[in-house]
This record gives sequence, structure tokens and C-alpha cells, in this order.
Amino acid sequence: MMPFTVAQVASEREAITSAGGGGRYIAGGTTLIDLMREEVERPSSLVDINRLSLRHIRLERNALVIGALARMAEVAAHPEVRRVHPLIAEALEEGASPQLRNMASIGGNLMQRVRCPYFRMLDAACNKRSPGSGCAAIEGVNGGHAILGTSESCAATHPSDLAVALVALDATMRVRGPQGERRFPIIDLYRLPEDKPHLEHTLRPAELILDVHVPVQPFAVSGRYLKVRDRSSYEFALVSAAAVLDVRNGVVRAARVACGGVGTRPWRMPAVEAALIGQRPTRANFETAAAHATQGARALSGNGYKIALLPRTITRALEMAGEKV
Amino acid sequence: MSTSVFGQSIPRVDGPLKVSGGARYAFEFNQSGQLYAVIVNATIGIGRIVSIEATGVEQMPGVRAVISHLNAPKLTYSPHKGVIDPAVGERLRVFQDEQIRFFGQPVAVIVADTLDQAEHAATALRLRYDAQAPLTEIDDPRAQPIVAQQTAAANARVAADRERGSADQAFADTDVKVDAIFRMARENHSPMEPHATVASWEGDSLTVWSKSQYVLNERAELAAIFGIPPENVLVICPFVGGAFGTSLRTWSHVGIAALAARVVGRPVKLALTRKQMFLDTGHRPRTDQRIAIAATNQGKLTAIIHEATAETSRYEEFIEGITNQTEFLYSCPNVRTRYRLVPTDTSTPTYMRAPGECTGMHALECGLDELAAALDLDPIELRRRNEPTVDESNGRPFSSRSLLQCLETGAERFGWSQRNPRPGSMRDGRWQIGWGVAGSTRGAPQAPADASVRLLPDGRVEVASATSDMGPGTYTSMAQVAAATLGVPVERIKFELGRSDMPTAPSHGGSWTMASVGNAVRSACLAAQDAAVRRAVEDPASIFHGLTADVLHWKDGTLGRKNGEGPRLDQVALLRGGMPIDVRTTASRSTDIANRYSMYGYAAFFTEVAVDADLGIVRIRRMLGVYGIGKVVNPRLARSQCIGGMVGGIGMALMERTVLDQRDGRPVNAHMADYLVPVNLDVPTLETQFLDEQDDAVNPLGIKGIGELCIIGVAPAIANAVYHATGKRVRELPIRIENLLGA
Ligand SMILES: Cc1cc2nc3c(=O)[nH]c(=O)nc-3n(C[C@H](O)[C@H](O)[C@H](O)COP(=O)(O)OP(=O)(O)OC[C@H]3O[C@@H](n4cnc5c(N)ncnc54)[C@H](O)[C@@H]3O)c2cc1C
Ligand code: SF4
Repeated sequence: MMPFTVAQVASEREAITSAGGGGRYIAGGTTLIDLMREEVERPSSLVDINRLSLRHIRLERNALVIGALARMAEVAAHPEVRRVHPLIAEALEEGASPQLRNMASIGGNLMQRVRCPYFRMLDAACNKRSPGSGCAAIEGVNGGHAILGTSESCAATHPSDLAVALVALDATMRVRGPQGERRFPIIDLYRLPEDKPHLEHTLRPAELILDVHVPVQPFAVSGRYLKVRDRSSYEFALVSAAAVLDVRNGVVRAARVACGGVGTRPWRMPAVEAALIGQRPTRANFETAAAHATQGARALSGNGYKIALLPRTITRALEMAGEKV
Repeated sequence: MSTSVFGQSIPRVDGPLKVSGGARYAFEFNQSGQLYAVIVNATIGIGRIVSIEATGVEQMPGVRAVISHLNAPKLTYSPHKGVIDPAVGERLRVFQDEQIRFFGQPVAVIVADTLDQAEHAATALRLRYDAQAPLTEIDDPRAQPIVAQQTAAANARVAADRERGSADQAFADTDVKVDAIFRMARENHSPMEPHATVASWEGDSLTVWSKSQYVLNERAELAAIFGIPPENVLVICPFVGGAFGTSLRTWSHVGIAALAARVVGRPVKLALTRKQMFLDTGHRPRTDQRIAIAATNQGKLTAIIHEATAETSRYEEFIEGITNQTEFLYSCPNVRTRYRLVPTDTSTPTYMRAPGECTGMHALECGLDELAAALDLDPIELRRRNEPTVDESNGRPFSSRSLLQCLETGAERFGWSQRNPRPGSMRDGRWQIGWGVAGSTRGAPQAPADASVRLLPDGRVEVASATSDMGPGTYTSMAQVAAATLGVPVERIKFELGRSDMPTAPSHGGSWTMASVGNAVRSACLAAQDAAVRRAVEDPASIFHGLTADVLHWKDGTLGRKNGEGPRLDQVALLRGGMPIDVRTTASRSTDIANRYSMYGYAAFFTEVAVDADLGIVRIRRMLGVYGIGKVVNPRLARSQCIGGMVGGIGMALMERTVLDQRDGRPVNAHMADYLVPVNLDVPTLETQFLDEQDDAVNPLGIKGIGELCIIGVAPAIANAVYHATGKRVRELPIRIENLLGA
């Protein structure tokens, strides 16, 4: 581990100032410390934000608001979250392990780094870790990699389950930096790798995530998160799907579908959603709609199975959501 | 043995120590003035080191030494091969030359004041290499299978080629047959406790506190590396946090810790990281197997052909008995086996729980299941029709044989008769349900072992042997044997293990600790009783002084006349504050017994799986194991072993695989988040049942051993259940979503 200093901060202003001086925010540390041990991340100073009052979870007029420092476990267990946005609770509970969920914050979860094995090995070529060095995965072991949004430079999936759920629910995020506060859709937090995979997100220097706002819509109670993987828990998704359905008079009025494990960022599926509108919620219609998910998908040597698995996962998630409407 | 603690489910005697943190593991033996060592590993698959830029690193804060082939002392490396070392080839000699034989080979060690400083310096060390392309996979077109030297003779324990009858002809001449290839992934042991060694020198004497299943071999290996007498080396390891075979051999890091301590002249602590646990501490070799079985329409086997190919390293021939069970488990006149190695540019594989047997039996038991399906016959009935009366590989009678009884008992308890044999016919909502069965067998070996017993004047009894307890409960079961043999309460026994200056014990692996050390403890306790009788007649102050020894005996913890007349003395009364009684004995199996019988334990596994065929997900619903293992010393501990075996088997069947990048041989999933082992949610309620079995031939205690038998057969029972659920045969382990979607 590189030597580093830690600053304890008590206010957002102090935090932003420290980060502006080159400090890196640390919340639960479950991603950052891991990567620092491997020297994949080498911050020379950390800004411990755990004392900031950003641990709120509350229902405002039309939105569920979740503070960046709320822990995964407490959000998942929160009665209001479970009532209005069961999709979020389910996505959180399907992630990591109980121990990690007790430590891990919402802000940290959205900002976690990729799980591509080569990213975590200093001696492997990785454009994301060291720009221009090449990508060891594209011609190497890539069974866990993305089939959507990849480039010649990088094909790592974004690993967060929560992000998939939030993207499906049109959530926004409030951030504050040296230039003040701004708010934007969470999907815009994530960049495609293109030829600059080392640029993962759109936060500006020293910007601090304050909270996440999830619009409340009555039909969101149908939300389900399905995570497909070889072991029953404590594994990242091979493929996952968040599905929300608004069915009235036996016809789909609105649908929200987003997927994990397949894209270089959380992947919203507008073509699938569009194909569902006006249809009856039957398995056959779900299948037909889900077939749109693989438009433009490109498999690498080891992840071709995801092209078969993706529509099946969406179909099943839609069936599960359909059971709740 | 009297009404005794033998066979009772007493709790682990070391349980309180373990749960309270009082049990000390290797890395916890802090020494004053100690430094920390961190190994730097090669980042190429094969080639040589061109340069090492150590100067900057040597100046880093806290760094005391950077040791590599450039500055390491030339070490003696006398010839030494323990039973757990491959007999052919030469072990890796660290820091002795610039050659790189596999990805991750240790190339340097950093010694620093703190662990963080050593880790940081290790990351900063720059090496330049001249790299070549390694060969890492046995199915690489460039791979060259070889006959391992030790397997060349037809009567070798593990034979490259062996045949009885004429298997290929019989196979060709029979109508009902299966012929299939099974591919099994490389596995790493991945125990909880990482390898760790604390090394400390005093002059030419070395003490190591080191994670080991075999302290005596560790002593011999360290003595050989440094060219010092074995008496100068003391290896201490009272507790092992799981090992599964990875701590049988003495891997390079142990020598590195000792070397580092020698160079800096201070005690040194070294632990491997989880990633390093995948580099040079052995693994279950990757294998490809062909199993071809033919039977008459009545289900009588006519031919079995079993061919296995396994990886080994370029510098050692690691062999294991993959096809041996095939030679005797079922009655069949024509059997041919073949075993080849493919040397690859990777580190040497090693024994991993049920080495060879686990692998070979997967192919055999799946093959039999496929044959049963082809015959439209119940798989248990198929086995019944091919039950041998003698071991057909050598003509010897079985000392006891319980395969059918295990199958039948299990079938009854599992409700096997309710199974609809048609694949895909059983459902629970979206889930397709499958029931599978497989048999298991493993030898019941006994190795020569020594034990010492000391009867103390205060009534306590100290028993010792240089064995180990990696989890099966050696501390407890040995105390039970001693207590039962002596007829004293188990609380009075203190069994000690894990020091190389204790009486000789064999490796703590191969399921033979209970049979070997247990019988040595028994013999030593019997010898202690004889010594007590001698003391009684020789001690002038004894009330029995002057009697002939043969009129006295030790029974139920007291000494007195055989005819029951007169007083009886217990240990305290006998020793009256004088000298303790010390004895030390050896126990071993006579060659006569060894050559007379075919001695094996047996088991049967039944499992119910649920398969989501759309998504390729397999979940285990329930599992039952029935075991014929002779006498069970402590059913609670034995059950614990057995459920551990089932969990290991679930991992083998559905999750575990070490994936190498073929370009440089690096393991890419060397991480507990990526090398999957079952979590709680993957493991349903597991049931176990021990048959009441008496086998007087195996050894005086009637023990067969269970640690490995209990994982063999689990994976095929699962694979067979997956077939029953889906109608798909996935002949690759682990069976993952990807395979099921593709099948
Ligand atoms: C073994 C393992 C398995 C896992 N499995 C899963 C899984 O299945 N699904 C899943 O979704 N996740 C999984 N995770 C990831 C886990 O959810 C994240 O590690 C965790 O959410 C990160 O939160 P943290 O508070 O610990 O972040 P930290 O490690 O403290 O920080 C992570 C990153 O976020 C930045 N950051 C933190 N807070 C803020 C903020 N308020 N504003 C701006 N930047 C910030 C930090 O600077 C850092 O770059 C797993 C992790 C591990 C170690
Ligand atoms: S896929 Fe991306 S993260 Fe992985 S090695 Fe390539 S560039 Fe690095």
C-alpha cells in the first residue's frame, strides 16, 4: 500500500476543499481500500466523509431521497424504501454480502470500480488503469465482460446492482463541488469507455455526491430485480435485469427495463420498453420484447453465453414484475 | 474396550480455544525483533529474469533487505523427497537462478520493519524479463502427453496402462454402451488460513512456526535446503485453519521465510496473500478423461475403458490414482485403464482432498449413470447387478464391503422409489427437479506411526504424536482413544501434536491419521499399562512388589490381580508422587494383512437439485450421504467431516475452477470473490448416516478413514441429478450456467 494521509472532515464545505486539494473521498472503504492494498488506486490523501450528515433516507413529495452515506443494509431494510421502491431494496440485497452491505455506502456503491480481473493486476495491460497500455481482457479471459457499449479499448461491465435499479427508475443525483450544486440523471454519471476508458464518470474534480432522488410512481411497487449468477449470493451478476411494469386493463402502459452484467455502464433497454407498450403482459409478449435487448450486442471470445442469457433474464424479470401488478 | 468414550459424540476438546481466539495459528507466533517479508512473484509465464532494479527499493522506508537470485546465498538443497513430494523431478529452488518456470514463481523477497512497508516495496520492485510463450493447457495442440516414470510398470500403484481381459474388443462387440469425455477444471484448495511461516534462527538452529499438515517433512525439507541436520530444525504448528492438502508439501515460501530470517539475522514473518495462494502452493490438476462402458441388455458390464490425462509441471511429475477405483469397484471381465501426464509451464499440482479418486470417480459414476439410462435401468439396480464378490483387480477378498448397503440404506431414507426415472419429469413450479445418486470408495490405509504416553503421578495422562489437526478433530479423537484404552475419563487426557520433536507421525492427509496415529495411541496406551504393571511389581514400596507381572493387569483405569482378589490401585495410588511412566511405541499394519485383503471404505450420495432451465441455474435442494467406514470414533466429528465433504463436492460440481490466461499462465480469478466456493445459501440441510460396520482386518481399532471418501461421489451425484432434471449431460466440471445454456 502506498503511504497516504487521512483527513477527517465535519462539513461538506471542508470536504470539498480537502478534495479540491487532491484528496479522495472515502466512505465505507470497501472498494477503495481493497484497491489501495493492491496499489491499483494510489491516492496520497483520503478525505473521510463519514461524519457528514448524508445518511438520510426519506420520502419527499414525489421522490424517495437517499443520502450518499446511507449504508446499503439500512437502505435495503428501510420500510419506506421497501414500500415504494421494492426494486431498490431487492437490488441492494442481491449485492455483495451482509458484512459488506453494513459498511458500504450508496455513494460508494455508485462510484465503485470495475471488477475486470486485469484491472486489478498491476502487471496486466489495462487501458482503464493505465491509459494506452492496452486491454488484456479483450483477447484474454473475458467471460464476465460486457456485450453492449464496448470499445476496442475496454469491455468491462459496470458492477453495481443498485445503479441498474436506479437507472431503471429514472433516478437523479445531487452533487456539490467547488462550483456549487447540480443535479442530473444517474445514467449520465456513467461514460461509455470509447477510447478513454480511464474516464469512468462525469463528476467534476472534488464533486461530492450528496444524495439520490428516485421519483415515486405508484406502479413502481411492481419492481423486481433478477440477478443471474452461478452461486446463490455474493457474486457479481453474469446478467441482471430490473423490471417495472404498469399494467392497466390488461395492457402494459409503461415499462422500465435496465440490465447489469452486460453493459459497460448500467444499461437501460428503451427498445424493450417500447415493444411492451400496448401489449398484454404475457410470457410470449415479454419474450418478443426482450429479444430487442441484444440489438448491437457484440460478444468476445468468452462471453457469448450472455447473448442467450440476456433476453431470458429480462423475460423472467418481466414475468416476476407482472406477478406483482 | 470398556463402556467408553470411544464412539461418543463428545464436543471438540479444542473448541473453546478456537471460538475464544485462544488457539494460535502460525502467523500469530510473534517473536521479539521480528521483521515482515513479502514475496515478489514473476509476471511472465516462462523465460528468464534479465535485470532487477533493487537499489531504489532498498532505500525505501523500513526496507531491510531485497533478496533475489542476484544476492541470495547458494543454498544446499540436498536431495529430499517425502512421501508427499513427487518422486520424479526436482523441487523449485528459490532464488538460485534466473529461470522462470511458471507465472507467479517467487523471484524476490522484501524484508521490512512493517508489513505495509514490505508490501509497498514489493510493488515498487522492477524486474525485466525475457519472456516466452508458455504452454498452460493440456488440450493445447502443442501438448505432449508422457508416461510418468513411476507409472511405467504394469504393477505400479498408479499405472500408465493396465488391462485385464480385452476391453476394446469387448466394447466393440457389445450393443449397449456409452463413450464420453469428461473435462474437469483445475481447483485450488483455498482454505481459510493462508500459508504462513514465522522463522527464527539461533546460530545454526532454526525454529519455524509454520502452517503445516506434516511438520516432520517440513523439518526434513528445511534441513535439506539449508544443509543442516534435521535435529537443528524445530517445526511448530498446533493449529491449522483448513488445508485440504495444500499444507502437506513444504512450498517455496517456507524456505524463503527461513532464508530471509537468516539474511537479516532477525526473526521474520511471512504470510501469503490470497492471490499468492493460487501460485505455488499446489492445486488439483486439470484433467480430461474418457470413460467408455458397455453392458449386456441385462445390465451386466462387459467392458470398461477409462483414460485420463492430467497436467503436471515441467519440473516434477505429480501423479495420483485417477483410474484405480475403476479397476475394482464393479465386476467386469474386461477393464483397461490409461493415465498420461502433460507437462505444462505451470507450478506443480499436489494432493487435494481425495486426489485422483475424486476425479476418476466422477467420470466412472457419471458414466454408469449414462449406461443405466441407456439400459433403461435404475442406476442402483445396475450397480447391484455388477457387485463383485472379490476385488477383481487382484483377486483378494474385501475385508468388508458396503457399497450396496450404503446405496440401499440411502435409497430407503431418501425415498428413491418415488423417483420418476424419466428425465425432466419432476417439477416444482418453474423448477425442474432431478434426483441423482453416485457411489464412493476409497482405500482404508494405515501408515506406521509412533505415539508416546506419559502417566503422571497426579492422574493426568499426556499423549503425543507429531501429527496435525487441520479440522477433523485429531485432538479430540486421539484423547478418546487414549481414554478408552486406559479406561480413564477423557478429561484427564491431554493429546498434543504439531511439533517435529514429537514421536513420528505420517502426513496428516490421505485419510489415514485416525487409523495410523489412532492405533499408535492405542498401542502406546497398552504399553503404558504393561509398564504400570512392571512398576507395580518392581517398586519395593508397592503392595504388589515381588509378584510376577502375569498375575496383574490394568483394567478400567486401575491395576490389580487378574483373579480379582485384593486391592486395586489407580494411577495416583500406583505412582505415589514418584516418577511418571513414559512409553513410546509404533503401530503399523502387517504386510500379511496388507497383502491378504482389499480394504476400502464405501459411501453413497443422493441429491435433489432444482434447475431453472431457462436461466441455467442449478440449486441443491437436499443431500444425503451414507457411509461404511468401519468404527466411528466420534459421530459428531465424523458428521462434521462429511458435511464438509458435501460442501466441497458442491463446490467441485458447480463452482470451483481456477482459470488461467493462456498467454502467460496467470490465474485470473485468484480471489475469493472470483474463485467461487459455496456460500450458505448454496448449501441445504445435509444428512449423514453411518452404517454399523465392524472390520477387524483393517486395524485393531477397526477404522477406515473418512476425510476423502466423503467428497468422492458428491459431484457425480449432483451431475447425475442435473441430467435427471433436464435431460442434459454436462460433462464438464464445474457445471455452470454457461454450460447448461449451451448444452
Ligand atoms: C467482495 C465484494 C463483492 C461485492 N459484490 C457486489 C455486488 O454483488 N453488487 C454490488 O452492487 N456491489 C458489490 N460490491 C461492491 C460494494 O457494493 C462497494 O464496494 C460499495 O458499495 C462501495 O461503497 P463504500 O462506501 O465502501 O465505498 P468506498 O470504497 O469508500 O468508495 C468507493 C469510491 O466511491 C467514491 N465515493 C464514495 N462516496 C462518495 C461520495 N459521497 N461522493 C463522491 N465519491 C464518493 C470514493 O472516492 C471511491 O472512489 C462488492 C464488493 C466486494 C468487496
Ligand atoms: S476490459 Fe477495461 S478494465 Fe479490463 S483490462 Fe480491458 S481496459 Fe482494463
